Amino acid sequence: MAPERIVLRFNATTSDKPVIYHLVKKYNLIINILKARINPHKEGMMVLELHGEPEQYAHGLEYLRSMGVTIQPLSEQVQHNETICNHCGACINVCPSGALYLERPDMKVKFDNEKCLVCLMCVKACPYKAMEVYF
Amino acid sequence: MAGEKSLPEINKRIKKGKVVVLTAEEVIPVVQELGLKKAAAEVDVVTTGTFGAMCSSAAYFNFGHTKPRMKMTEVWLNGVNAYAGIAAVDALIGATEVMKNDPLNSIHPGEFRYGGGHVIHDLVAKKPIHLRATAHGTDCYPRREIDTVITIDDLNQAVLFNPRNAYQNYNVAVNLSDKTVYTYLGVLKPQLGNANYSTSGQLSPLLKDPYLRTIGIGSRIFLGGGIGYVAWQGTQHCPSITALPNGGSLIEGGTLAVIGDLKQMQPEWLMGASILGYGVSLAVGLGVPIPVLNEEILYWASRTDEEIYAPVIDYGLAYPAGNPEPLAYVTYAQLKSGTIKVDGKEVPTGPMSSYPAAKKIATMLKQWIEQGSFLLTEPVAPLPSIGEAAPLNPLAETESQTDGKGELIWLPNA
Repeated sequence: MAPERIVLRFNATTSDKPVIYHLVKKYNLIINILKARINPHKEGMMVLELHGEPEQYAHGLEYLRSMGVTIQPLSEQVQHNETICNHCGACINVCPSGALYLERPDMKVKFDNEKCLVCLMCVKACPYKAMEVYF
Repeated sequence: MAGEKSLPEINKRIKKGKVVVLTAEEVIPVVQELGLKKAAAEVDVVTTGTFGAMCSSAAYFNFGHTKPRMKMTEVWLNGVNAYAGIAAVDALIGATEVMKNDPLNSIHPGEFRYGGGHVIHDLVAKKPIHLRATAHGTDCYPRREIDTVITIDDLNQAVLFNPRNAYQNYNVAVNLSDKTVYTYLGVLKPQLGNANYSTSGQLSPLLKDPYLRTIGIGSRIFLGGGIGYVAWQGTQHCPSITALPNGGSLIEGGTLAVIGDLKQMQPEWLMGASILGYGVSLAVGLGVPIPVLNEEILYWASRTDEEIYAPVIDYGLAYPAGNPEPLAYVTYAQLKSGTIKVDGKEVPTGPMSSYPAAKKIATMLKQWIEQGSFLLTEPVAPLPSIGEAAPLNPLAETESQTDGKGELIWLPNA
């Protein structure tokens, strides 16, 4: 299977459990941690690129849910609001993955969801708030 | 000179529906194909455009008198302070004014989510705006406080007045320091991580008439989606042309002060801007028509991105310290290609002003002229051209009579 990008959210009781270890050990999944954060309330958020045998992958997600972890696909999280965007280009160089780029020769800003790492730098850097986050 | 056209002649052609108008981008291949002489005879007007954050923008209003009367001394619109020291119910809001209690850069880089630029946009978008004002109260203006909601339609006058817009050219910002900096030219990554620029190049108004032969006081322009006028030279106006060491020339320094009725403008062309770690501003859509009176005017109006240069400046250390020595000069064609070379390093580029929006403005202005709804105006007075403006001086600091805490201890005429 192709790698899937997902967002995991941990509550305060599961955020200190070694769930990633179990995903590797029990379900033989290949994990690339793109981003991990824990807030002062001990709630955690993690962005993973995950792949392995389809059956193992399904069991792995089942295990995560059983631990009280909520799972969302990553691509739904950042959106390029084209009615607000005026194609200034302020976001282009803050995007680390090339998901935001200028289409030449028109110089229009394009957003490739597939490449987005949800680092949210564009959300802060866009002067017009055209990059929106959905949780 | 042979082939001269007059402005009244061009206006006559507009009224007859026979005018030939091209955008500053469209005119380039026409001049390349026909040559200057033939093209100057055929083309009547070249339209320009620019859309980007332009600090030194503001709007002033008359709210109408309250009952009982009030001489407003402090005014807030949606929590953003407007300057009320003009008259009883007049106030001016500046684009870069931030909200009361904005955390600013206390958590760096600050987000600056709302400010004067956003208030101007929300007014134009006809959104309801909270108006709060306080006063000390006088015999003729006894009221001391008001809290109400207004829209732009309730105001007696609402005027956009921008003391400095349409900068002729602008720096390309890079960062030679070791940490990311957050500037009005965007986020700049350390050690030449990226280069940001902010001019529409071959579409930019004052780059297409660098000697200000046709743009002057009273010139009718596209402003904020409506009609505006050049009011004066902009602040810091000091146009210049400099030959560059490796060929080409650098044209920079001209600015315009512009004015127009805010009530007929469009929210799409006046956008509040939140610039990370820097502050708020207003993105202004501005376009200037250039009448092709002769070949020389068309020569400048048809210059291409390959011929227009901008200086590369270090915003990490040199610019903040006040020593902006250019590291290199690059063309807008190079900037638009996606990379430039600075100190032997390939640096990715990014714009801060929208080329697609600039193009749309030039096209809208072209359509207005073609439809006969926009006539060109002869300037009532010229603006200082290259070599005619006084040089810009830095602020000279002298010892002031304060108590050591910045409070004046000597009051003039006290």
